[in-house]
Amino acid sequence: MKKTAIKTAKRRVASAVFIKDLRIEARSRVVTNQVLPFAGLIMVMFAFALDNDDVLQRVAGGLIWLATIFSLFIIVQRSFAIDTSDSALDSLRVAGIDLSAVFFGKAVALTLQLIALDVVLIGAAFLLYQIQVSALGVVLLVTCVVCATTGLGFVGTLYGGLTAGTNGRETLLPLLLLPVVAPVLIAATRATEAALGSSGAEISEGWAWVGLLTIFAAVFGVGGSLAFGPLIDE
Amino acid sequence: MLSQSAPKFSSTGTQATRIVGALTIIVMTWVLISGLVLTPADVVQGESVRIMYVHVPSAWVAYLAFIVTAIASAFYIFAKRHSLGFDRVAGASAEVGVMFMVITLVTGSLWGRLTWGEFWQWDPRLTTTAFLLVTYVGYLAVRRLDGSVEQRARRSAVIALLAVLEIPLVHFSVVFWRSLHQRATILDPNGDVKMDGLMLFTLFSGVVGFTLVFVWLILHRQRTMLLSDLANQSGLDAAILARQNESVSI
Amino acid sequence: MTVEKVLEFSDVVIVYDNFPAVAGATFSVNAGEIVLLQGANGAGKTTLLRACAGLLPIARGSANVLGCDLRLDRLAVRSRVGLLGHANGLFQDLTVLENMLFWSRLVGATRNDVDQAMDAMGLSGRLSETQVAKLSAGQRRRCALASLIVRRAQLWLLDEPHAGLDAQGRDELDRTLRAARDAGATVIFASHEIERASALATRSLIVTSGTVKQA
Repeated sequence: MKKTAIKTAKRRVASAVFIKDLRIEARSRVVTNQVLPFAGLIMVMFAFALDNDDVLQRVAGGLIWLATIFSLFIIVQRSFAIDTSDSALDSLRVAGIDLSAVFFGKAVALTLQLIALDVVLIGAAFLLYQIQVSALGVVLLVTCVVCATTGLGFVGTLYGGLTAGTNGRETLLPLLLLPVVAPVLIAATRATEAALGSSGAEISEGWAWVGLLTIFAAVFGVGGSLAFGPLIDE
Repeated sequence: MLSQSAPKFSSTGTQATRIVGALTIIVMTWVLISGLVLTPADVVQGESVRIMYVHVPSAWVAYLAFIVTAIASAFYIFAKRHSLGFDRVAGASAEVGVMFMVITLVTGSLWGRLTWGEFWQWDPRLTTTAFLLVTYVGYLAVRRLDGSVEQRARRSAVIALLAVLEIPLVHFSVVFWRSLHQRATILDPNGDVKMDGLMLFTLFSGVVGFTLVFVWLILHRQRTMLLSDLANQSGLDAAILARQNESVSI
Repeated sequence: MTVEKVLEFSDVVIVYDNFPAVAGATFSVNAGEIVLLQGANGAGKTTLLRACAGLLPIARGSANVLGCDLRLDRLAVRSRVGLLGHANGLFQDLTVLENMLFWSRLVGATRNDVDQAMDAMGLSGRLSETQVAKLSAGQRRRCALASLIVRRAQLWLLDEPHAGLDAQGRDELDRTLRAARDAGATVIFASHEIERASALATRSLIVTSGTVKQA
């Protein structure tokens, strides 16, 4: 009896945090109005720097995920700035609630924002880099995006919580996060290339990489929920 | 809080460190002589094979340090008493580990340049070591964040355990990534070396010697950390008295 | 009739940033009291309040709050305590009602509880649909207090709660604290306004340089 009560409480906390984060974004539109255009601009900048249609088409997969990761830092910091601006994080700590539920609520909200980001980036890649995709490729691409962003959502929330409110968080967050997201960058890029048929990759190879993305998401989903509480406590 | 009393001497040397230190000097002298003079040059690589006697043991110690940090961090978090000694060992090991990782990467890079003409290869071992280095630089940065000693210990222990999860993931993704490229990317500089018996023994001695250096450094470093924490604590005693006197005089 | 001790501190030392903000505090608080913490800036009032909420580790001494030993497990005390610091802990882009619904959902309070709390703080009606960013300082304070009410905390810890409130707001605050006490809670608050606060408090403690004395 007590176990179900605890589970309900966790779900209630997680959904409250999730709704709160998305509602604030819907109201303030910081990600939609600032980060998405920024990401789109990065895609244009890549074209300026690489200046070669063939090259761009081949590396489109990598560019999408590079832009995702650069934008990740900004979105994560924004996600926690909401909580630290009026010391709401303190109130969350004192509320005596299960912090792993807070972790899941924030992580899922972050994941949804990342999916929106990737929709924009992939759209930009279609427009700017003239990539193409088959029907099977679309399935692979969508699965890849969901699995990769879930992993990034977990990892971003975890390390974002650690650096929230600390001195030098703008530089510490990328330093901690980049080595950790490297597997996601590698796997997501290879899977995307497989889906797009660029670099001679086969769609079947892509599914193996999606498997790796799923493992990554599972590891940091579990690890993150355990580590989040101890990390954000004083 | 800290329950140990301050050591009576101001140095961090003890019988243990003196024994380890003596052994280290003996072994390393042997490695030096053997590595530079006694062992033969390689048929293919010539004299540049001698970098191996520094590179391979350094790599070994770098990974050993990583494992020690992880185990000490696990003990800190999961043991009931949360003894800060584990945290100090974890921190000391990370510092020494970073140093040996830099040595590994630099010597590996030089060796690659001398034998294959390239400073860097994207082979999984080298790449993973580079990531390990950045991860530990991040770990040390987390240790320097503001906060109490317990906070520092808790945060960095969690980060170290997350690194245990993350490094294999990095390694596997790099392995699979490089396996896509058909040309021989496992440009393992020592893969071509035919190991003469003496070379093998010298390499082994090098591993032993570097490990002794590691142990010696850790012993001293975690003691200086303890002394520093104790100094803070006695500084704290004085500060508490001062603060109490403040209130009396008001 | 035994009076229950809600809080008992003995020679407590709390270290913040290598500095002993609290350097040997000994005091106790009984159930149903409204205790005022007086003291200059930097005396350690904020640190004491945060430690009572289980946010800060106790370096030395013994500290018991609501039956929880803060040295062993300071997480346990958190769900029974409500803390209002200098900041309000509100989300600027959400309305008053949305803020209240969030905090009430976290602790499992009902919509009824929310309505009652908002009524008590005069936040019903048009104000409830206003974004927090657009409220005055006093209105935000009232919103923060309402989220405290909905938490049904046994121990209220307030850091300068009167600051930023106009006369009407202060009266409402005093009424709210008395109502909380009547409903069974204990209140500890820090304040600079000695005269007004003394009228409200049942007891005063003076905090000087990290130590606590009876007024």
